[in-house]
Amino acid sequence: MNAENENKLREIVYDVKGLNLWYGEDQALKDINMKIYQNEVTAIIGPSGCGKSTFIKTLNRMIENIPSVRTSGEILYHGENIFDKAVRVEELRTRVGMVFQKPNPFPKSIYENVVYGPKIHGIKDKRLLMEITENSLKSAALWDEVKDRLNDNAYGLSGGQQQRLCIARCLAVQPDVILMDEPTSALDPIATAKIEELIDRLKADYSISIVTHSMQQAGRISDKTAFFLMGELIEYSDTVTIFSNPLDKRTEDYITGRFG
Amino acid sequence: MQQAEVDMQTRDMKSKEDKSMENNKKGHVEKYVQIDSNRTKRRILLNVLAERLFSLSTLFALIVLGILLYRVGEQGIGWINLHFLTGRLSINPDKAGIYGAIIGTVGLMVIVIPVTLGLGVATAIYLEEYATKGKIQAFIKVNISNLASVPSVIFGLLGLTVFGRLLNLGSSILAGGLTLSLLVLPIVVVSSQEAIKAVPGFLKEASYGMGADKWTTIRKVVLPVALPGILTGAILAISRAIGETAPLVVLGIPTLILKVPTSLMDDFTALPIQIYYWTLDTVLTPEYANLAAATIIVLLVVLFLLNALAIFIRNKYQRSY
Repeated sequence: MNAENENKLREIVYDVKGLNLWYGEDQALKDINMKIYQNEVTAIIGPSGCGKSTFIKTLNRMIENIPSVRTSGEILYHGENIFDKAVRVEELRTRVGMVFQKPNPFPKSIYENVVYGPKIHGIKDKRLLMEITENSLKSAALWDEVKDRLNDNAYGLSGGQQQRLCIARCLAVQPDVILMDEPTSALDPIATAKIEELIDRLKADYSISIVTHSMQQAGRISDKTAFFLMGELIEYSDTVTIFSNPLDKRTEDYITGRFG
Repeated sequence: MQQAEVDMQTRDMKSKEDKSMENNKKGHVEKYVQIDSNRTKRRILLNVLAERLFSLSTLFALIVLGILLYRVGEQGIGWINLHFLTGRLSINPDKAGIYGAIIGTVGLMVIVIPVTLGLGVATAIYLEEYATKGKIQAFIKVNISNLASVPSVIFGLLGLTVFGRLLNLGSSILAGGLTLSLLVLPIVVVSSQEAIKAVPGFLKEASYGMGADKWTTIRKVVLPVALPGILTGAILAISRAIGETAPLVVLGIPTLILKVPTSLMDDFTALPIQIYYWTLDTVLTPEYANLAAATIIVLLVVLFLLNALAIFIRNKYQRSY
């Protein structure tokens, strides 16, 4: 693959090898092989039901909350198979944060939302927690808007602000990877632009995998793009290549809007 | 688009009559929904009738409650004074007080509240969050719902057999409290289950997504969100327990106790029991009816106060986030 040659220097975060996934009898992912690199934004695109959300939720094993899910194959995270019995999902998810489709802050204050993660991981020092709150909210470009009302309920924020709060809450745990499952699909264009700007800034410190319905969004923010179709990874390459010179006819059809 | 719509309507028409099809071809559709002002009038009238009927139904319950409150109030209010509240039981109606019954009811609650909340919420958490969904879990759930509809007399017999005889607790506050706990436990379990189930999955996902384990998620996300619902159920359950008479009668609570209980192992009387016995004995001493009415007022006030307290706690929790 193209991507592999160009990125010999970049560290591999995820190495997915022969991943299959079933919901009961229905196979949702078929033999996925894919490497995700450090400090890059990897966009995952494809039509509804193609398995892109399933795939991203497999990367932190969130998918296992659905009872009938079975998997085979390997996902190496920094060389360690995440399906290994020795791996605790709690520890995996501490390193791999997630931002969801619908903003889902807790019905608590803005402050309590941000410190939720640090607190469950044992941080009690009030001054440290305040520092984490400020840093996380600044990183999520929300600090200036909420610094005077940290004790207000998070549900008083707008949808876009809530989503940035969720990003701040995720950053507060200091993950290495952030998985984003269509993080802007519930937001208006202005809020979307803010989140996209934010993603672009965050990739200096984090590896980001983002599922998106919008090809324009993938084109704007991602370094690499993976195109999924009916549970298969059809094409995975540099975003520029995918959009200008796709190898597969189906990729081209999707990108040019002939289906999907 | 428009053509498609017309086509659709044409298809609908075909089965109706040929004439309208002809109209279609000319480009305008004959309306098959006709305004019939007689029909409209009839429907509106029916609506008014329905509204009256339903408001009357509501009124019925209110009127009965009003009559009850008026009768009880008129009969009993004059008998309520400090002596009535702090005095011991007596054969002489003028000297009788319900201090012992109040202490007895408080004692019952000391058992019922922690036992039902502890066991009930724990059971609900297990069934909703931990138990693997399947036939066994469904079977347990159905049977807990069934338990909620078992008559209270039967719980009284269960209490008599297990707590009274087997554990030899006799007719103590402990035995009574445990019996009432069993009786209302299903209510607490079912309502707590509903409250826990109503916690949105996306909140739990957010917690799991940050590396939280299940118990942390339950403690810090699920329970705080479910708490108002759990409290509502608990209020209902406790109110029911306070007012229950039959299980205590079956348990063999003595008719007349002159000694005020000092420990949970003592024999006791409770407010509803007192109402029951005084009403029975009205045949012998007519004034007992007034005492019963006065006790009913006290019981109702206690229930209202408890409800108010619980609602206060609930609102306070809701406001804090």
